[in-house]
Amino acid sequence: MGAGSKPNQWLTVALLTPTSIWFLFLLILPLIVILVFSFGERAAVGGYAGGFTFEQYGNLPSRLKAFQNTMLIAPLGTLLSLIVAYPLAYYLALRVSRRFKLLLLVLVIVPFWTSLLVRTYAWIFILGGRGIPTLLEFIGIEGVRLINTPGAVLVGIVYGYLPLMVFPIFVSLEKLDKSLLEASSDLGGSPFKTFMQITLPLSMPGIATGCMLVFILLMGEFLIPAFLGGGKVFFIGNALVDLFLQSRNWPFGAAVSVTLVVIMLITVSLYMRMMMRSKTGRDESLM
Amino acid sequence: MELVDQSNSPRDIDIEFRGVTKRFEDVVAVDDISLSVERGAFFSFLGPSGCGKTTSLRLIAGFDQPTQGEVFIGGSSVVGIPSHKRPVNMVFQHYALFPHMDVAENIGYGLRQRNPKPAKQEVSKRVDETLELVRLGGYGKRRVWELSGGQQQRVALARALINHPTCLLLDEPLAALDRKLRREMQIELQTLQREVGITFILVTHDQEEALSMSDRICIMRDGHIVQSGSPRELYDEPINRYVADFVGKSNFFGGEVVETNDSCVTVKFDSGQVLTGKQPKQAPGLANGSKASIAVRPEMISIKSADETDTNSSIAIKGRVMNRIFLGEHSEYLVATEGYGDVMVLSPKSIEHSSRIFTPDDRVSISWRPDAALVLGDT
Repeated sequence: MGAGSKPNQWLTVALLTPTSIWFLFLLILPLIVILVFSFGERAAVGGYAGGFTFEQYGNLPSRLKAFQNTMLIAPLGTLLSLIVAYPLAYYLALRVSRRFKLLLLVLVIVPFWTSLLVRTYAWIFILGGRGIPTLLEFIGIEGVRLINTPGAVLVGIVYGYLPLMVFPIFVSLEKLDKSLLEASSDLGGSPFKTFMQITLPLSMPGIATGCMLVFILLMGEFLIPAFLGGGKVFFIGNALVDLFLQSRNWPFGAAVSVTLVVIMLITVSLYMRMMMRSKTGRDESLM
Repeated sequence: MELVDQSNSPRDIDIEFRGVTKRFEDVVAVDDISLSVERGAFFSFLGPSGCGKTTSLRLIAGFDQPTQGEVFIGGSSVVGIPSHKRPVNMVFQHYALFPHMDVAENIGYGLRQRNPKPAKQEVSKRVDETLELVRLGGYGKRRVWELSGGQQQRVALARALINHPTCLLLDEPLAALDRKLRREMQIELQTLQREVGITFILVTHDQEEALSMSDRICIMRDGHIVQSGSPRELYDEPINRYVADFVGKSNFFGGEVVETNDSCVTVKFDSGQVLTGKQPKQAPGLANGSKASIAVRPEMISIKSADETDTNSSIAIKGRVMNRIFLGEHSEYLVATEGYGDVMVLSPKSIEHSSRIFTPDDRVSISWRPDAALVLGDT
């Protein structure tokens, strides 16, 4: 951008203003408010009373279970989503004829046209007493309990987040130069070796993006654990809903939030650094 | 790289097609082709896009399987054998270098796929040797996308040659290079082929490339072989107008056969005038009344001032110069003739020096020796 070119500068300002306002009012200010709240005290009737104390942070261990669940199930859910999504994305990108590709892609998106709330509700019935367990009883397997277990939450996560994982991987496989696969085969690489040495490394940007998207969103998830975990498998998100809306302990909720943000910042920046280090190609991007 | 023993009998066949057809849904890409390529030959498939030349190459590489017929490599049928088990290697049109590997890793890729895997030092020794072969010594640690087009081309060559394939397949290898570099690589490819002594099979749409590098050329159209032979045969004795048009430049005078006498054929034009030419040896006979063209190469035509008479030739066509393009070693004239249409004449500089240089609107007379005119069927 030329320093002397005034019209350009005005255009830049005009284009950046909405984003800046959005960032300031919807991201920076709320974060500051949360930070300030986290050092405050709970007012007698609930909500926030001013002050400066570390008491809320000292209370964090009482919500340890929520942190443990989130830190365990979010990465596990991300990994499971990846394991389920990769073959699907691979099939869509490399195996399906052009004619069916679009149709199948639309089918992956179609569930998104309904609210996640409704779809997760449906899973309560599928996993609940009159769903799969009843079917299993017919073939003689009794006493299976699915709902309100970590397994149920994981199933809900894989189901709800699958498209977010499928699409970035699909895109990176789709733009993969198919002649590279032929070149590998031509040079004596069996299909398995070709996959391990060419396809997988070159789809890493898609994997990295998908995992990042799913992981970040999962860390703040509360709907799926609330529905399918039934109060037994709860996330930080559920703790926050409880603290802000039910017990109205805003300062403690704020302290939990700040802690979550810090954990996320550390995890994501470590992850980025790891990915950057293994980044190899010129035009590979993470997001 | 060790040199392959040159004492192979010259009739050894390396690649053979027997009645090969390849159909893609309702498109016939290759239609009942039979051909053989001798060991150590530099063989080219030449034709416009969609003629089936790339499909033929892919059938040898094993990326596609023939719908009918059989492909043989080194005397044994390879039908059903996947590409990773075939003893041939390919240089891809856009090189298909692995972007996540450096130059040395790319070149060593083929060796690392072997079972058992050769030792690391062995691989790196062979990689270094092959880098030297393609004159890229010391480039092993470079990223492939840091290299120029010509260097990437060499890496692709090295990556294929390190495996000592019985046959190297080249799919339009020079198409992405600029003109000067292409010339250099043509010479380099020929030198390399003599050095390693293996069969090269080239696919190209560039007739100049095919003519300058190959021992044998197979001209294709619509999935069929139109003619195959040495570059000289194709240039001097094209069997039809398509080949003459594709290989080099020609003037065509289209008319009807009125008299056939041995190999000497007379063609009559709409204007009533006639020209005589000889038929190439391999060409199918032409019946009286069939459509045919007289073809004369532009460099076989001499151009004189209209008032000069040429005593050496029976033909002398009067015309007017329309345009002259100076091409360095040649001048290309476009002459509008009376009754024969526009004729292209290529006049070498050495002749221009002694005679006049013509400018547009000059009255000229063009002529050629009787054996310079070929009579060709239209298909």
